[in-house]
Amino acid sequence: MKKKADLLAKLRRWDAGEFDLTDRLEEGFTPDEPQDSAYPWDREAPVERLERAQIRVWQRLYPYLAALLCAVTVVFLLYAVMDLPAFGQAGTPSQNEVMERYVSKGVFETGAVNLVAGVILDYRAFDTLGESHVLFTAAAAVLMLLLGAAPGRSERELEGIVSSDLIVQNTARIVVPVVLLFGVYVILNGHLGPGGGFSGGAIIGAGLILYTLAFGFARLGRYLNFKTYRIIVLGSLLFYSLSKCYSFFCGANHLETIFRTGVPGRIFSAGLILPLNLAVGTVVACTMYGFYALFQRGKI
Amino acid sequence: MSGLDLFALALLGLLLVTGVGACLSKNLLVTLIIFMAYSVIMSIIWAMLQAPDLAITEAAVGAGVSSILMFVTLRRLRDIKRRAEDEKEG
Repeated sequence: MKKKADLLAKLRRWDAGEFDLTDRLEEGFTPDEPQDSAYPWDREAPVERLERAQIRVWQRLYPYLAALLCAVTVVFLLYAVMDLPAFGQAGTPSQNEVMERYVSKGVFETGAVNLVAGVILDYRAFDTLGESHVLFTAAAAVLMLLLGAAPGRSERELEGIVSSDLIVQNTARIVVPVVLLFGVYVILNGHLGPGGGFSGGAIIGAGLILYTLAFGFARLGRYLNFKTYRIIVLGSLLFYSLSKCYSFFCGANHLETIFRTGVPGRIFSAGLILPLNLAVGTVVACTMYGFYALFQRGKI
Repeated sequence: MSGLDLFALALLGLLLVTGVGACLSKNLLVTLIIFMAYSVIMSIIWAMLQAPDLAITEAAVGAGVSSILMFVTLRRLRDIKRRAEDEKEG
């Protein structure tokens, strides 16, 4: 704090015209030629100069504040962990009652044959909501960082790279439909067999990337541009949030929905799990392809 | 010791080899390719551990998408380096 006050006092004297070589704020400043200086801060109004000095002070404080924030978070998390039962204790409910309930009643209560999907998208769907928001935040951060970044090569060079290789094109022509179909299968059967929204979405994303590698961005851009990307991602996330945000108010307890659990083993069963898998899958597929497009050419 | 056990041991050994190799190789492109191999081996191990969900995800994300992203990043780094050299020469 003292340093900041010092700096501000110096600035005031500087503004009043009392130049002193020992008081200069920046290296390279010469008091003999204050006009027409090459340094932009000489042409600025005093207020702007003051702001700049304050920003500099904050920049110096920033690492300490960040470390303090991290320490507070660590203490808070450790404090929360203290409430958990000790590791490996025989009498913990999570090792006995919860597991037994999931294994013995999971299929009946969620309607999902794949118990993993039943746990992550029905019993613990609230946690998955938080996870998907973490993913969305990461995707938004990448979007902010890379959107509009100059591509490594010019458009023409990119076109030349992606559309001239005969082997890649013919392989993609055969493989991409199978990959996309498999991805859709994995998503739609997430509650019946291994897989689910995330893995299926990743497979579809990989298929889209392969298609773009072979045929260029322009061909895929005819039906997946930035506008459709935004609509799909935001729509899916909104659907997920709306269908699970009641957990904020009733403590992650199960609520009856219009989607019935149905007969376990059928494709239209397991309540909300299938729609939620679809939402997660489309978000993940779009995000994977979006990352690739952003890295490759700086826009989606 | 059955054949499956031997197969699992061989996979684990390969996992070690690829993991250490990815760290030790000097060429970044070689590192990426070894890393892809690591992911493929890992996905087979997941399948043997009866976790097919993870096997699918590992194959799609570990060996597929993340490797592609790292390849693209590597190429952009090279482009930046090449451009800097061009500017230095004139």
